[in-house]
Amino acid sequence: MSNQALPRPRFNAPEPERDSRAALKIETRTTPLLLGKVSEGPDAVFGWAMRLCGLAVVVLLGLIVYELVIGSQLSWHAFGWKFFGHSDWNPVDDQYGALPFIYGTIVSSLLSLVIAVPLAVGVAVFITEMCPIALRGALSFTTELLAAIPSVVYGLWAIFVLVPLLRVYVQPFLATTLGWTGLFSGPPYGIGMLAAGVILAIMIIPIISSITREVLTVVPQHQREAVLALGATRWEMIRMGVLRNARAGIVGAIILGLGRALGETMAVTMVIGNRPDISKSLFAPGYTMASVLANEFSEATGDLYLSALIEIGLALFFVTIVVNALARLMVWSVTRGQPARSVA
Amino acid sequence: MSDTNNNSGAVVPAVHIPPFSLRRRVTDRMMTGVAVLTVVLVLAPLFAIFAYLIYKGIGSINIAFLTQTPKPVGEPGGGMANAIVGSMVILAIASVLGVPLGIGAGIFLSEYGRNRYGDMVRFVSDVLNGVPSIVIGIVAYGLVVMRQKHFSALAGGVALAIMMVPTIARTTEQMLLLVPQAIREAAYGLGVSRWRTTISITLRTAASGVITGVMLAFARVAGETAPLLFTAFGNQFWNWKSDQPTAALSLQIFTYAISPFDEWHRQAWAGALVLIILIVGAVAAVRLAVRHGTLAGA
Repeated sequence: MSNQALPRPRFNAPEPERDSRAALKIETRTTPLLLGKVSEGPDAVFGWAMRLCGLAVVVLLGLIVYELVIGSQLSWHAFGWKFFGHSDWNPVDDQYGALPFIYGTIVSSLLSLVIAVPLAVGVAVFITEMCPIALRGALSFTTELLAAIPSVVYGLWAIFVLVPLLRVYVQPFLATTLGWTGLFSGPPYGIGMLAAGVILAIMIIPIISSITREVLTVVPQHQREAVLALGATRWEMIRMGVLRNARAGIVGAIILGLGRALGETMAVTMVIGNRPDISKSLFAPGYTMASVLANEFSEATGDLYLSALIEIGLALFFVTIVVNALARLMVWSVTRGQPARSVA
Repeated sequence: MSDTNNNSGAVVPAVHIPPFSLRRRVTDRMMTGVAVLTVVLVLAPLFAIFAYLIYKGIGSINIAFLTQTPKPVGEPGGGMANAIVGSMVILAIASVLGVPLGIGAGIFLSEYGRNRYGDMVRFVSDVLNGVPSIVIGIVAYGLVVMRQKHFSALAGGVALAIMMVPTIARTTEQMLLLVPQAIREAAYGLGVSRWRTTISITLRTAASGVITGVMLAFARVAGETAPLLFTAFGNQFWNWKSDQPTAALSLQIFTYAISPFDEWHRQAWAGALVLIILIVGAVAAVRLAVRHGTLAGA
């Protein structure tokens, strides 16, 4: 709604604004009011102070990169690229390979996407296309509430509710029905990759669904009307008129959810089992890049150990940045491109 | 649509439109059902979490929990008073550092940043927003802990402040952009200087939105645990110095949750409930203050 009533923030300044400022400058120059000369100083100071605040944001990112790169030098010189291809993590012998953590991060995140994406898109479609208007606000507020729960509380709930549930009901069922795939074999501890995937899914559903909703609302109304006028049922209208148009934005929302899942720490650390093994079964305990940092960073003795951990942090940082940048671009291509086209 | 239904009686449709085939009707109904099912599946954990939190937490919150420090393993009783205060100290430090910087950056983006340089800052804040909190923890460790040589509340505050800045900057920018250009021009027209206009007119008009953004950022970092693990570190005792390891509610919940003791599990639930109540309480208090306090006219 607000999209149409008010201008969305854009990259390029709207023209009238510049014009008015230019006009203003001439005006203040031609008619030096009482304040004219005096305000020159404070104005400049304030302007530069605000520019400094903007600069600080860039400096912060620079600091992050600097700290991570400097901190990981030792490990980088000792292992080079082998660090990421090696699966031996042994602080006693000072041997460090990040492969099990990379594997665990990727598998748990992908698993969470498999669970979360259909649910999140379903919720978004229901709220924007099917839901009675009276229910709409309450529903979106409730799903957003999921995002406000701290990660550690999710973890707490997962340990005492989700894990027993998985152990007693879900895992035996999966083992008997899908055990032949090899993905669901081994003893059902409850704790492990599957539990991490499920709790991650619960945590990323709000972000995927709220951005998908944003994207769906931007799809022009006449697209829906056109498809309906051709004799489509409501579902056909959603599939052909809405989802197809919002495809890029939905993919962006999913990637944004992926970015969140990759970096999520506490809840995963509490249920994934924290063992640096690579195993095909989702029942087996694993380890992620974020959780090894959480568990071992404050106890890391020895410079090389600390440096290896910081290098994991650096890798995590770069992966999430690339993933996020990609996602932002895809969401923008829909939410920014669409109104511009309808104006033209 | 009304033509096909033809329930008005007056209009006779020129073309006969056949009803949807059974297959299409069934698919339509089925997909509606699936959508409703997803909503139920998504809301179920939410209700389960809140129900458990209240059910397990209420029974464990008592005066001792709110006024005492943790007891050694095996002894019943004790509480998280030091962690509650520690969390407040860390969050206060984070807010003092992060809020002004974030709002300043937001003002820059909306009032001075309608150019290439602003675009860069905008992109960088979005990138910063996506950096995992644990990585921010490493940076705060390098910036503060390594220099001070010990874990501290200050380091925890710095980590959380870094997380607050980009969120506040972007929401502030969006709120300021909603203020009509004409209001700024009216102020300029009265001879008000630009900085005064920005602070007393633009920022004030958008105040409630800006504050909502600040509180969102606050709520987001208030429950953060990962960046505190190796910055504030945690403490089982009272600590009033900002350069010493400090307990935090979220850290305490984590430690207790992964411990093997029933008594500690009970306290973890109580801590989680207190944490959520504190976050919601802080947000509500600020909202109320905004509505009835000095900024009421905004």
